[in-house]
Amino acid sequence: MNPFGHRHILGISQLAPGDITTILDTADSLKEILDRPIKKVPPLRGRTVVHLFLEPSTRTRLSFEMAAKRLSADTVGISAATSSLVKGETLVDTARNIEAMRPDVLVLRHPASGAPHLMARHVDAAVINAGDGTNEHPTQALLDLMTVRERLGRLQGLRVAIVGDIAHSRVARSDILAFSKMGAEVVICGPATLLPPDPAALGARVTLRMEEALEGADVVIMLRIQRERMGQNLLPSLREYAARYGLDRRRAALAKPGALVLHPGPLNRGVEISPEVADGPCSVILDQVTNGVAVRMALLSLLVREG
Amino acid sequence: MKPVLLRNARLLDPASNLDEAGDLLVADGRIAALGRGIPPPEGAIVTDLSGAWLGPGLVDMHVHLREPGEEYKETIATGTAAAAAGGFTAVAAMPNTRPPNDSAAVTRFILDRAAAAGSARVHPVAAVTRGQAGKELTEFFDLLDAGAVAFSDDGRPVESPEMMRRALEYARSAGALVISHAEEPALATGVMNEGRVSTLLGLAGTPAAAEEVAVFRDVRLAALTGARLHVAHVSTAGAVEILRRAKEAGIAVTAETAPHYFSLTEEAVAGYNTLAKMNPPLRTEADREAVIQGLRDGTLDAIATDHAPHSVLEKECEFALAANGVIGLETAVPLALDLVRADALSPLDLFRFLSTAPARILGIEGGSLQVGAPADLCAIDPDRPFAVIPENLRSRSHNTPFLGRTLTGRAVLTLLAGTPVHDLDGRLAPAAR
Ligand SMILES: [Zn+2]
Repeated sequence: MNPFGHRHILGISQLAPGDITTILDTADSLKEILDRPIKKVPPLRGRTVVHLFLEPSTRTRLSFEMAAKRLSADTVGISAATSSLVKGETLVDTARNIEAMRPDVLVLRHPASGAPHLMARHVDAAVINAGDGTNEHPTQALLDLMTVRERLGRLQGLRVAIVGDIAHSRVARSDILAFSKMGAEVVICGPATLLPPDPAALGARVTLRMEEALEGADVVIMLRIQRERMGQNLLPSLREYAARYGLDRRRAALAKPGALVLHPGPLNRGVEISPEVADGPCSVILDQVTNGVAVRMALLSLLVREG
Repeated sequence: MKPVLLRNARLLDPASNLDEAGDLLVADGRIAALGRGIPPPEGAIVTDLSGAWLGPGLVDMHVHLREPGEEYKETIATGTAAAAAGGFTAVAAMPNTRPPNDSAAVTRFILDRAAAAGSARVHPVAAVTRGQAGKELTEFFDLLDAGAVAFSDDGRPVESPEMMRRALEYARSAGALVISHAEEPALATGVMNEGRVSTLLGLAGTPAAAEEVAVFRDVRLAALTGARLHVAHVSTAGAVEILRRAKEAGIAVTAETAPHYFSLTEEAVAGYNTLAKMNPPLRTEADREAVIQGLRDGTLDAIATDHAPHSVLEKECEFALAANGVIGLETAVPLALDLVRADALSPLDLFRFLSTAPARILGIEGGSLQVGAPADLCAIDPDRPFAVIPENLRSRSHNTPFLGRTLTGRAVLTLLAGTPVHDLDGRLAPAAR
């Protein structure tokens, strides 16, 4: 076991506030590497990181691969299209095959909630959850925390509004858990068809009114709305969604002055967020992308620090 | 076969409200006498059952034996062996085999296999609709003649309310019982109970309402048609309440629950434990308590296991992909004993829910200690520890959330028509020879 004390990063649910602070402090200290002319340091030299992405994600995958390369790790990528899983192999068989190649870290993106937990029971490598079904996306939440802490200097006592498809968003679930653990108050908002059955279980307060969610918010996290929700009878139209739950300049003004606007990307401009807010002075969407690399570097170095 | 005298047991017969210490004599495969101080007949095998409860062989009105079609999970032979080990002398076999039991040929196949295996009586439940597809009724009269005891599309609901209405009407003309797998499929799209734990785990939930809407529908249709309806595996407080009202209104409905619904809650799914994945799903503590209350006040008539064997292949995978189901034949007695220890049920109730009532609902022999009846008997040692590990299980599959736990209480002796089919301590071993 590494001094960090965790073998895997399966979800925010398993991290204590102290663990989160350690990760954020480490990420802060590693971020400087990204601004160097030669962006490479040796801590993971000779180590192998496998990126197993069984669901498409260009951004998260790129961010993980860049983080691993910055730390001098060897990386191997397996994606859904090339995986033998599409040929009917079970996840446990895939785990055994990957394990036979003795990687140090396995980064897993999977469409099924709990898949990284299953994987962690069958491999010796450290497993990092890069998003599992509608469960968690812990590295996204950590980069959100890092971005907010960097800008506002604290997390404790902040008011965070999360707006959109909370029920199906692993980003929202990890964010709710993470911000609540760090002492922020989280309010979630969206039409009831897109809210989880028991938000209190996650530590969130609910409002169906966008204005109430935004009033007094220090941080506003807008979630991507997926078109397919209309086909599932969860939304009548994107037009109505944009009108009632979209973040435009007028609504953004309800939040505290200087409140930050976050979005996990990719953006649906004009649906959940208007272009002038997305590109406005309060938007920290590009900071999130940069910090994503730093947070993933922090996790890789914390998980494989031994030896 | 030599006569067998079982002495000094606590005799428990719900059919006659008998609960007293005494002996029971088996001769020619039948119950020959019961009472105090029965003298052993010439050449009888005599065994002392002090400390044990002796009652009618248990009757499980809801099991999945997987044969024909999925013999790698269970066969009629291994399933009835598990039944015997759990104290059951009769089981009702649900029709969702491959092919489904929707014809007299399949019904007869099941009965033939059961007769050859010999460990427990098997009562086939036939499908309500051909192929369990919900489109055309099966031949109820023909199936009853072949040996079916009831009709159900269990494994899935009869989706169309109109089809269910016709099934109940036709069943009434045939004098048949319809068993409802009460679930509204349009609402039952999740992989566990919808609520606190599904929120925490990020798993799609199925609300309790998916069951309650369907129970209400079927109860209303039973009232409309005057048919006999039995509701399988009741799991929610709302369903218990709907059934309570239906019984008060005089509707001919009976219902069962399963040991996991009064023993576990949705919390058992924590860590994406696929062994706790079943349908209907494990519910909340309030539901669990309502199910126990439903047994106490007689709203629920029977305890059935919904024994649903699955191999490791179906369980060692992503939670959403894992098969629904839990084995139950061998753990029903210790789990029901938990309710007795908690003073929710009496020992007599245990035999009532696990034997007398299901036999009566199905209209089959058994469920009593009547002199002259076949000696289908079950002796339980309520204090015997039972380690739930694969080596101790007779079922071919080991999918139970109790795996690795040690439960308290166990069937120690099961007689089928006077022949020992489970004899944990080898008391009657000579009789088998
Ligand atoms: Zn069922």
